Amino acid sequence: MTGLPISYGIGLAALLFLMGFAGLVIRRNTLFILMCLEIMMNAAGLAFIVAGAQWQAADGNVMFILIITVAAAEAAIGLGLLLQLQKRFRTIDIDAASEMHG
Amino acid sequence: MEFTFFLAGIIALATTLRVITCANPVHALLYLIMSMLALAVDFYALGAAFAATLEVVVYAGAIMVLFLFVVMMLNLNNETVAREKSWMRPQLWTGPSIAAGLLLLAMIWALVTGSPASGRIVGTELSANEVGMALFGPYVVVVELSAFLLLAALAVAAHIGREDRDLAAEGAEHGERVTNHPGDH
Repeated sequence: MTGLPISYGIGLAALLFLMGFAGLVIRRNTLFILMCLEIMMNAAGLAFIVAGAQWQAADGNVMFILIITVAAAEAAIGLGLLLQLQKRFRTIDIDAASEMHG
Repeated sequence: MEFTFFLAGIIALATTLRVITCANPVHALLYLIMSMLALAVDFYALGAAFAATLEVVVYAGAIMVLFLFVVMMLNLNNETVAREKSWMRPQLWTGPSIAAGLLLLAMIWALVTGSPASGRIVGTELSANEVGMALFGPYVVVVELSAFLLLAALAVAAHIGREDRDLAAEGAEHGERVTNHPGDH
């Protein structure tokens, strides 16, 4: 039977998302944390594209464009915060910014 | 189509694994770009050619170049790579990795036991024309909300990224004003 079951595409998206999640939790370098956030957003976009391909609707692509917009905004703000962290604490270790001792 | 999907998917998974385990930020960034290009091939195999183009141009092109600029500004050297390696001791990453693996098992279980969607993905191409019609037809509010979001992000990035001497100058100006008009308070 030709074609691809939707669970393969969603499974790939889930794998990528969880890889990004694992990286987010195990890393202390803020730059890597931002990269893992990008991986997770990308995986969410893949899930939308897969669903759009399953039902052959343009809605999945529209949501992907929205996700790209959110990712661009998040990357700009996150990298700005990263530069401030480097400027104030002279390190990009996220644990250095625990002045509230939470 | 299936072969392309699986090949690109495996490349995406392997390069993503390298991103989260690599100690050198520049190498990790290059692997991340590879992962995004592989995902773009996946999008193309699924028939979303417009999304694949956007993935290459916006994600791998614009956002990753932004990351690369920041890496250049951070002045990373061999010392930082060694410190990064010292932060990745096995006792630090085994626990979170097991937790993520359990979440993955739950998700795969849901995928396997859930009722599958009828029909399979054959990869019919979805043209940019259709996407554009949907984007500026029923989804026009989403486009306007994206405009809000980008404007807010611009304002926040400009505020966060400003230099400290602006702050100092503001503080000095404020202090001057207070000394000039002590009766204001």
